[in-house]
Amino acid sequence: MKDEQTITAVQQRLLKSRQGKAKKNEFTGRFIVTVAAIIMIVATISITIFLATKGLQSFLVSGVSPIEFLTSTDWNPTADENPSFGAFPFIFGTLAVTFLSALIAGPIGIGGAIFMSEIAPSWGKKVLQPVIELLVGIPSVVYGFIGLTVLVPFMRNTFSGAQTGFSLLSGVIVLSVMILPTITSIATDAMISLPSNLRQGSYALGATRWQTIKKVLIPAAIPSLLTAIVLGMARAFGEALAVQMVIGNVRAIPDSILEPAATLTTIITLNMGHTTYGSVENNTLWSMGLVLLILSFIFILIIRYLSSRRKL
Amino acid sequence: MNSKVSDRIATGVFVLLASIIVLLLVSLFGYILVRGVPHISLDFLTTESSTVSAGGGIRDQLFNSFYVLFITMLITVPLGVCGGIYMAEYAKPGKLTNFIRSCIEMLASLPSIVVGMFGLLIFVNTFDWGYSIIGGALALTIFNIPTMVRVTEDSIRSVPGELKEASLALGITHWHTIKTVILPSAFPGILTGAILAAGRVFGEAAALLFTVGLSTPRLDYGNWNPFSEDSPLNLMRPAETLSVHIWATNTNGIIPDIDAVSAGASAILILSVLLFNLIARWLGSVIHKKYTASK
Amino acid sequence: MSRSITLEIPEQKSEEVKENNKATDIVLDIKDLSVYYGENQAVKHASFPVYKNQVTALIGPSGCGKSTFLRTINRMNDLIPIAHNKGEIVYENAVNLLSDEVDIIALRKEIGMVFQKPNPFPKSVYNNIAHALRFYGITKKKELNRIVEESLKKAVLWDEVKDRLHESALALSGGQQQRLCIARTLAMEPNLLLLDEPASALDPVSNAKIEELILHLKEDYSIVIVTHNMQQASRISDKTAFFLNGNVVEYDDTKNIFTNPSKKETEDYISGRFG
Repeated sequence: MKDEQTITAVQQRLLKSRQGKAKKNEFTGRFIVTVAAIIMIVATISITIFLATKGLQSFLVSGVSPIEFLTSTDWNPTADENPSFGAFPFIFGTLAVTFLSALIAGPIGIGGAIFMSEIAPSWGKKVLQPVIELLVGIPSVVYGFIGLTVLVPFMRNTFSGAQTGFSLLSGVIVLSVMILPTITSIATDAMISLPSNLRQGSYALGATRWQTIKKVLIPAAIPSLLTAIVLGMARAFGEALAVQMVIGNVRAIPDSILEPAATLTTIITLNMGHTTYGSVENNTLWSMGLVLLILSFIFILIIRYLSSRRKL
Repeated sequence: MNSKVSDRIATGVFVLLASIIVLLLVSLFGYILVRGVPHISLDFLTTESSTVSAGGGIRDQLFNSFYVLFITMLITVPLGVCGGIYMAEYAKPGKLTNFIRSCIEMLASLPSIVVGMFGLLIFVNTFDWGYSIIGGALALTIFNIPTMVRVTEDSIRSVPGELKEASLALGITHWHTIKTVILPSAFPGILTGAILAAGRVFGEAAALLFTVGLSTPRLDYGNWNPFSEDSPLNLMRPAETLSVHIWATNTNGIIPDIDAVSAGASAILILSVLLFNLIARWLGSVIHKKYTASK
Repeated sequence: MSRSITLEIPEQKSEEVKENNKATDIVLDIKDLSVYYGENQAVKHASFPVYKNQVTALIGPSGCGKSTFLRTINRMNDLIPIAHNKGEIVYENAVNLLSDEVDIIALRKEIGMVFQKPNPFPKSVYNNIAHALRFYGITKKKELNRIVEESLKKAVLWDEVKDRLHESALALSGGQQQRLCIARTLAMEPNLLLLDEPASALDPVSNAKIEELILHLKEDYSIVIVTHNMQQASRISDKTAFFLNGNVVEYDDTKNIFTNPSKKETEDYISGRFG
């Protein structure tokens, strides 16, 4: 039986007339998590704005020439007359350690990944996976400490060209070890996620395992493998303390990889504490921070580019 | 060259590369433990560090490390879990969500020294807190939040969609469904991720150099009033952590037993990280079992 | 304005009247309903009624739009961002369920849904039912106990689980889990039940139990059931709608559909020529 009364009753039950408990509950929850999301946006924007403003001060307020800063190799901020602010040696150092460590860790990491996915998928992963997780967990100062007490003396005693043992190469080796787990784990994921019919197809044609890996699997996984390496590099260029402890921290561009060098992060680490806040030298350190920020933007863009290629 | 021969050689090379990785870990751990563990004693853990003479301990640094970690997680976990819930459950595909993703990606790829500089600029100088535990914890929060968000989002996404549908189809609100059905199911994953993140925070130093500083005031461990100057719980005091201590003694320390102190402290750091790993795995599997137990 | 029909029917045919009355009381009136996923139209201009205290079966090959149709009724499709729809689903002659003004929470409480795969919460049997009740503010132990027992009895599960109410629901068999899901829905005192292939993931014995249960529930509820199983549809339903490629090809009394279909596609499908 239907009459207007029941119709109204149904309407009252089902239409959004009241400010119900349920509505309030949903609103509160949505509000809380939205605030969390907004906090992340605010943090990112304020980091960018504050560091950019502060980093530009040496050019806008202290009158350092940005071209000199980026290209000159002459770094002497404390000279009484004509202090010079060429940060190029440090930018060079940063790029050098980043690329060289990727050159060492890339092949080893990808090799480990192929071992885990193709050679011994059952037990290889069981052994290597925890190893990699633990390597990620070792704090960077511990890497620095080991570099300082083992690697630096080793360098000093082995290579005649390395007088002190503190050298670009020491920094590169420490960084290689540090980024190895990053590269290995991402490369492993990439190899494992390859469709298995690629392998089956290749084996069915009588190809050996190595031919399959070289001709089929690696070409198919190349964008992801590159992403793995770039992510490793992104970790390498920002690492500060471990590198600072072994690289020697000099202000000139090294003539060979056995000579000491410096990177943006090591100079910031060393000098931020004992320069006066607001002084020209201090401001140039903030400019170096800005360069690091821009570098990390660039790495994000490269990774995005690579992952967009992966979808094709 | 015969293709079979080259296949063997290649296999050999891959085995070699994998062994290099394992060997690296074993030798790194072995070295630290062999050098460091002999220096660990109750005395080492319970005496103050010394700036000039040998025989100093790491009492304050150890306490500071755990305290900074605790405060950091206290801020990060709720914030990260809420952010993860937003991304997994409320974010609609579109420009805003893409922007938030970019922000998280950006925070995740910031070098930790840059995070430290931001902390110095904002908390130490602009807010004029000086070197403080709260400033360090906030800097570490920036460093840690992307991990927490990702872990939460992944764990929530791995909860079977049928459970969510079941709850919604009963006329329960989305938020109540998240609270009572989705989060409990995602809990093991979130917990494991949080503990692993804690391990990373525990060893972090670069973000702390300029935010909690390189010193610790004299502490009175009998005073548990967090608002008192010499209380260990005081959030506004500088606090050198264990990893910062290792860096500082190696870089500008003048104590004669630098190596011993660093090796001991490194061993403690490594053992803690190892412990975090083991706890995370163990808890993860225990809770998972309890949850899926069909008894 | 009275919509009463009973008044116009002579009293002496009371038995027949009752039948007639049931047959004409419409719970859902679907009017020209189309559902889209982005550009893709999953349901095309569907129009048919669902009667009170009857079982309406939706049959058709997979991907024909019947599940989409079902999920549009209680607005579960709102969860899919690209889904949108046109047309009306008029409920109890009073409310268009697709209207923005409908409170989805209240709607889903009133129109219960049971899914293809049993999906109990990873909680105890008791809490599977109490979960939603507590949300609706029923917190008194006595009241909860009463409703839990009542709903389990209605779902013919009580005798099997009364001694293990506080054990994990995941420990129940598939068929028991599905009946628990039905009990959980019944606890909300719904008016209409939507069943999305509730027995297809179960063994034949559990399947039969669920069918028996549906016939039993028909006395108190109106039921729309999606099924792949044509024998099942013919056994339990009063009305049947045959879906094909998003179109409702034919809607009629189940008897007619299975014995004397008017469309060739229907005949082909029920005689097993495709699907």
